Amino acid sequence: MTSVLYDAPGPKAKRRNLLFSVVFFVLLALLAWWIWQVMDDKGQLRWALWEPFTQSEAWTTYLLPGLGDTLKAAALAMIIALPLGAFFGISRMSDHRWVRMPAGAVVEFFRAIPVLLLMLFANEFYARYTDVSSADRPLYAVVTGLVLYNASVLAEIVRAGILALPKGQTEAAQAIGLRKGQTMTTILLPQAVTAMLPAIVSQLVVIVKDTALGGVMLGFTELLNARGTLAANYANVIPSFIVVAVIFIVLNFILTSFAGWLEARLRRSKRSTGAVLGAEDVDELNAAEIGTPGTGKGDIV
Amino acid sequence: MFDFLSDYDDPSLLGAFWVTVQLTFFSAVGSLIWGTLLAAMRVSPVPLMRGFGTSYVNIVRNIPLTVIIVFTSLGLADIFGMTMGAPDDFEAQGFRLAILGLVAYTAAFVCEALRSGINTVPVGQAEAARAIGLSFSQVLRLIVLPQAFRSVIGPLANVLIALTKNTTVAATIGVAEAALLMKEMIENEAQTLLIGAIFAFGFVVLTLPTGLFLGWLSKRLAVKR
Repeated sequence: MTSVLYDAPGPKAKRRNLLFSVVFFVLLALLAWWIWQVMDDKGQLRWALWEPFTQSEAWTTYLLPGLGDTLKAAALAMIIALPLGAFFGISRMSDHRWVRMPAGAVVEFFRAIPVLLLMLFANEFYARYTDVSSADRPLYAVVTGLVLYNASVLAEIVRAGILALPKGQTEAAQAIGLRKGQTMTTILLPQAVTAMLPAIVSQLVVIVKDTALGGVMLGFTELLNARGTLAANYANVIPSFIVVAVIFIVLNFILTSFAGWLEARLRRSKRSTGAVLGAEDVDELNAAEIGTPGTGKGDIV
Repeated sequence: MFDFLSDYDDPSLLGAFWVTVQLTFFSAVGSLIWGTLLAAMRVSPVPLMRGFGTSYVNIVRNIPLTVIIVFTSLGLADIFGMTMGAPDDFEAQGFRLAILGLVAYTAAFVCEALRSGINTVPVGQAEAARAIGLSFSQVLRLIVLPQAFRSVIGPLANVLIALTKNTTVAATIGVAEAALLMKEMIENEAQTLLIGAIFAFGFVVLTLPTGLFLGWLSKRLAVKR
């Protein structure tokens, strides 16, 4: 294997690599052994702590309802944030300064603020100014926080998706006499949505992870919160953390793989223009505005 | 209008944001070191190291930061007795545990940023360098790393800004940073909108200049290809 850093190994390099492999393996084994010892020392390997997870009660009473709430909040947030994000993303590309500037300001503002602040604010806002019942309030607050933040990220995804399309698409639309609105709705958006799909699925991973904040800070009964109740019942803090972490990993791994599969499929497809917005672009858009958006195709139009 | 602010002195508004800045700084340094090590593993010629690096990144990236941070407190500290050198000082303990969690999480993203930076250097650059007889360390020092560093500033700046926002998660284990103070204030005071605006403004001040400066820098230093 040739990479930018090293050539295909010769006999000497092969021997050295083998030595490194052995040393690293021993280090890893020592680490694993040490973790096992510490776990054993604190009695965390006792079967009694792990047994609940082999029985249906732990799942049906705690984990599955928790996972259900996590998915519910994530799905609601995504469904509400998508049209909002499309609205702000398209507004930001408007030819009119007085549409473009406020939309840009809103998007940049909500991307610069931690999602936890938005959740805390929404929670208090609902408590003081609305009659949302205190039982529903955590869900409302979590979804509101997630929507405000993710709509602004999705706005950037929409914008980057449209910018990623070849210029010829707009030019051809103009040449056959379509108006700006028609160009957007009949030519650009349908193609951009396809290009954005992998990015949107990747953003779901971010949303799923952020729901856990609401569990600790607002008492929303999602998976991490359900873990607390479960551990209080079975006194198995460490095993419950490991199981919940594994659930999150599997769930997000499925989403990431799906996004990767979509991305690869779109890149191969002959019917599209080849413009794709992938997972790496999403990482960038989740930070805040620095320079060009994901596709690197240039500045704000 | 701002009278209520003087009721809070432990921590004060500025004090809480100072804790946020400290969390960001120490976590940034830590995750830069650990992330560089991980990246070195991920691009190394030893398959086992590559495997370890890849698994670490894929596992940690898919766990919510909240789970990691809460685990450092309820798991590492409470069960395994990891007191981070401050067994009696719960404030210092929470602060250090939060940094540990933030470093473990952010390092995965630093690793990915560095790796993508190395990958932007065309293989031909290194091949040409080897062809004129440069040694491994010379190739790395003179050809690959100078180009990689320049293209890595943008992605690393993104990680830094995300980290600044992520420090608020430390509030979940009671570290007295900005988000925790906001929770306390907004629950006790009547000026909901004003408090929201103050803390939002604080984070805009922290993230915006960093983003603008590093964005400008990364554009300026970008390798033209």
